[in-house]
Amino acid sequence: MCRMPLLVNSRGTVVESVQAHSSVITVLYFSAVRERVARSSEQVPLDTQIPVSVLIERMCAHDPALSGVFNGPDIVRVAVNCHLAEADTLVSPGDEVAFFPPMTGG
Amino acid sequence: MSVKVQIAEQSFDVGDELASLLKIAGETAGGVGAFVGTVRGGDGLLALTLEHYPAMTQRVLTELAEKAAQRFNLLACTVIHRVGRLEVGEQIVLVLTAAAHRAEALDATGFLIDRLKTEAPFWKLESFEAGHDEWVKPRAADDSAAARWS
Repeated sequence: MCRMPLLVNSRGTVVESVQAHSSVITVLYFSAVRERVARSSEQVPLDTQIPVSVLIERMCAHDPALSGVFNGPDIVRVAVNCHLAEADTLVSPGDEVAFFPPMTGG
Repeated sequence: MSVKVQIAEQSFDVGDELASLLKIAGETAGGVGAFVGTVRGGDGLLALTLEHYPAMTQRVLTELAEKAAQRFNLLACTVIHRVGRLEVGEQIVLVLTAAAHRAEALDATGFLIDRLKTEAPFWKLESFEAGHDEWVKPRAADDSAAARWS
């Protein structure tokens, strides 16, 4: 389930989080991305707040399958705590981050 | 105003959903807009398997339904989306919108189905008679349809 920050300041920055003392994030994979990385979820160590782009660089550095997904021709979308995110969206310890292809429901 | 959002493996009965929507909408309703999506056959397609991101799906569909309700003055609104394996011809999605006037009901239905396609985290895997499976690629036309409502 998505865990939401408890408190944010007027700029939307998290000042206190439910998982403030956690030192991992949960990463979920869906659809074609899940198949390519051959897992549906994992815990990734994280003890400071970093942008999505830095998280992806770090994760790809020691994971060829993931690197193939992010450096391939297909678009990968990112959600942080169940909200669509951009490269500069901040990820904090305790957050849930999901990687997946563009949606095809309806 | 009342919004019903449901994500389920089992199918839905359009008549039952319509009756319950009308009951909630009350006497000031002048019409209901409806869209029922079904699994389109052809090219040897046998079935679709719909995967989703449960916590996000529920949130996105509820937000879209509430947005539609406010923007188009709906009296009641129902959004049902199925997940799991669905054979050709089966119902996938239902959007029902009750409003005082037809334009609002019809516009709200278009808004909901167009935006849902590009914003709600569902993915379709196609299974073919020949034995292979393929993830459905997003269509540019879906993005343009969703953009009509921005």
